[in-house]
Parts: sequence; structure tokens; C-alpha cells
Amino acid sequence: MKPGSIAIVGAAESTELGVLPNISEIQLHADAALNAMRDCGLKPSHIDGVATAATQPQAIAHYLGITPTWVDGTSVGGCSFMLHVRHAAAAIESGLCKTVLITHGESGRSGIGLTRAPVLPASLAGQFELPYGTFGPPTMFTIPVLRYMKTYGLTEEHLANVAVIQREWAAMNPRAMAQAPITVADVLASKMIAWPFRLLMCCLVTDGGGALILTSAERARDMPQRPVYLLGSGESVETPMISQMADFTSSRAFRVSATKAFAEAGIDHAEVDHLMIYDAFAHLPIYGLEDLGFVGRGEAGAFIAERNTAPGGKLPMNTNGGGLSYMHSGMYGMYALQESVRQMRGIAPAQVPASKISVCHGVGGMFAASGTIIMGNQRP
Amino acid sequence: MAEAKRARPQPTPETRHFWEGAKHGELRLQRCDACRHAYFPPRPFCPACASREVSVFRASGRATLYSYVISHRPAPGFVPPYSIAVVELEEGPRMMTNVVGCAQTPAALVLDMPLEVRFEALDDEISLPLFAPAAGAP
Repeated sequence: MKPGSIAIVGAAESTELGVLPNISEIQLHADAALNAMRDCGLKPSHIDGVATAATQPQAIAHYLGITPTWVDGTSVGGCSFMLHVRHAAAAIESGLCKTVLITHGESGRSGIGLTRAPVLPASLAGQFELPYGTFGPPTMFTIPVLRYMKTYGLTEEHLANVAVIQREWAAMNPRAMAQAPITVADVLASKMIAWPFRLLMCCLVTDGGGALILTSAERARDMPQRPVYLLGSGESVETPMISQMADFTSSRAFRVSATKAFAEAGIDHAEVDHLMIYDAFAHLPIYGLEDLGFVGRGEAGAFIAERNTAPGGKLPMNTNGGGLSYMHSGMYGMYALQESVRQMRGIAPAQVPASKISVCHGVGGMFAASGTIIMGNQRP
Repeated sequence: MAEAKRARPQPTPETRHFWEGAKHGELRLQRCDACRHAYFPPRPFCPACASREVSVFRASGRATLYSYVISHRPAPGFVPPYSIAVVELEEGPRMMTNVVGCAQTPAALVLDMPLEVRFEALDDEISLPLFAPAAGAP
């Protein structure tokens, strides 16, 4: 993809986020989609591409009254929407469609109208992981971190610090679920979930939705919102089984995806003004900072503790409060993308002054997949 | 009402040798006849070189503790807290398991400690490989 040839012209979250027992998953998709279409002044009849995850694109297209010439049902977990952005850009550039709607909706807290598939007992994960009492991401995503801690000397305090600093960002965001300040001591005194992870090192569980609309940079000129240009993108997968991840101190999918995105954008790390790293758990920004190349191996815990990613720091990260404090429906990648778009539009609640380039990095499954989107508010 | 049990694996044609072995107290891995790569989980070809010429062999059952968590969440068939671990087998591959036969505490579960396999029968067909601190280890 040529940097700057495709733009995000519409972006919105569901009208409400949080605990929403009166709205089903498909309506969360639709609510966000309607908000995104209103954001850019388009109707369903203007949309000719549909991408979504967990559910199927035909369900969303039919529900919204869209007749697409291109669909993408890539469903690799919470970073699926980063992959959708990447695939949509390629589709628009090659003429398969002109205007793509990407939707997410998830009743992760209330469980109304769920569409997610369970792990089946004959799958490899069902045979070789599930019998050992894995019970959702808190008992799987967390397994590698003790190896990381032993290898690099990362401490429980370092992990706690990630949550503390993200709460500082959340305190500036009226839509964040958790806004009250917390200390390292608070985090280390919170309920034990799966040692060494305590409750406040784990993401929230909420309901919500989000949607993005992409088109060519040429067509974006006629749209009401300031275009946010796609500068580079990357994607990869590793393994659906956390036990088979090759290196417990580093994600191959992160490295491959990020390397591709930075090469495509033609930027170096010093040019990045704003960073989102999908934080389902407190160790993910640590792995992400290293695997994306912002710091060296084993340096991320100290980098965060030294407030480099905090308000006022040189690399503002997870400025909405993140999955730890803003919201986390289960597939958080859409909300990370929304915050990058807000930052590039200049309308974020905790706006980073004069920021021009945002890197948005997602994870899918338990280090199973990854997608990286680099966006900017100036066309190169 | 029956007591809630842990999830029961459902063997497939490609994994049946593993579960047959476990039933007889053997930990079975596969090795590529062409490139000698030992691997897990089971599949009838080598994930390193794609050769279909592979053999099943009995692993030593010796392993070291690679990483783990101690889950404090309620789960069917488990009494929290319990370890969910990944061990590195002597032959190279890693697998998920529970470390049993010792306290489920950070002090008792030390990374790189030597472990050995033991089997727990879920029913007449399925036995699960679990790992315990190796006999004679400090």
C-alpha cells in the first residue's frame, strides 16, 4: 500500500460503553455503525465493503441493509479490526470496493446475543490445554510472564505500574469505566487472579461497539471529517495455543507485524507521537514496547516506571486508559483504533498536543495473532 | 448431581497414538525421520521440514518447569489455587500441564526445577499427563 492513499473518514464507538444489558451484540455493531456513518455523512447505500469479526459479514450487511461487493470475515481475536483496516486498504486500492465499513460489537459483560465460538474438545487446544483448567484469558495469556520476569528481572511492581499509569490517562477520560486513581500498593493488594496477576493487572469486562469507515484519500477530501491517513500496516499469526508460543519473552507475531508496518510507513520510532498497545493484561505493553522496537529487550518495565508513557512523557501510550481502565469488551482492538483516530483528529479527551503520527498495535487470542496500523493526520 | 469434571480431551485420528500411550503410562512424542526434529502436539508430518516420514517414540518423561500461573479462579474439576504450567520436555517440545505433588505456591514452584511425568486417569479411555517434582531432586 502506498502511504497516505487510503483514509479513515468515519469513526465512532457505540453510543454507550460499559454495562449494557438492554442491547444485544448485533445491535452494538449496528449502533456503532450508524454513529460512524453519521460521523462522515454516509448512508448504508454508500457502503460497498463490509468487514467484521466474531460474527459474519453477511449478518452485519443484512442487518444494516448494505449490498457489498467485498467482504472480510477475518476473525483472529481482538486485533481482527487492525487486519480489516489493512485488508480494506488493499481492497480499495485494487478497486474491489470504494467505501468499507468495519464493525465490532460485543456483549462481553452482559452476554446478550453472543456470537463467539467456544473451544471444542477435539481441537488441539481442547485436547492439550483445556483439560488443565485453563479458564479464559486470565489463566492463559498470563502464563509466559514468569519466564519473562526470570529472564529480565521484571518485578510485580513493574507490572503494577502499567495499571497505575494507565489509570492516570483514564482519569482524564469521562467515558472511561475506571477513573479513580490507584497506587502500586493498591494493585498489589487487589484480589489474586492467577499468580503473579492480580485483579487490577487484568482488563475490565464490559459491553460496547465500534465502527470505522475507510475510503480513498481522494474521496476523503469531500468528507466532513479531517481525514486520518493510513501510513503503514502489518499483520501476522503465531499459534492458537499459548503453550506452543516459541519464545515466552517475545511475540513473533508482534515482531513480524510491526516490522512490516514500520517499513511500509517509512518512518522511524522517533517520529511516533502517540502509541496504542492493546493491553488485555499489564504485561502486554511491556512485550509490545520491546517487540515493536521502541526499547531494547528487558527495558520496557523500567521505561514505563520512569513515566515515559505517562501523561507528560515522551511516548504517550494507551491514552484512553486502555483495556485496563477504559473498556474491554473482549475484542479491544477496535477501541485502540478509535483512540488513535481521535488523537489524529485532535479531539481525544487526553489529547497529545501537536501529534502527527500514531501507532496502533493489537493482539489476537493469547499472543496468537497481531495487527499493526500506523496512521497520520498529514498526507505524505 | 454429578460433580463437575475437568474438560475431557476428544482424540482425533491424528492424536490417537498420544492418548493410547497415555492410557498405558507412556508419554509419546513424534520425531521426523528426515530431519530428526522432535515435536508436539501430534500431526502426521514434520512441522519443521514438512516430511510425512515421521515416527512415534516414547519420551523419557523428564522435563523442567518453563513457566506457569497459579489460578485462583473456580474451574470445573479443580480446587483453587492450582498451577497451570508449561513444561519443557527433555526431548525439546513444550506442553501444558499441571504441576502436582507439591505445594501450589511460588516458593514450591520454581522455574527450571526438574519434573517427571505421571498420569491421571479421567476415565477408562483418557489419562492426562501431569508433572511432579522429580524424585531425588533437591
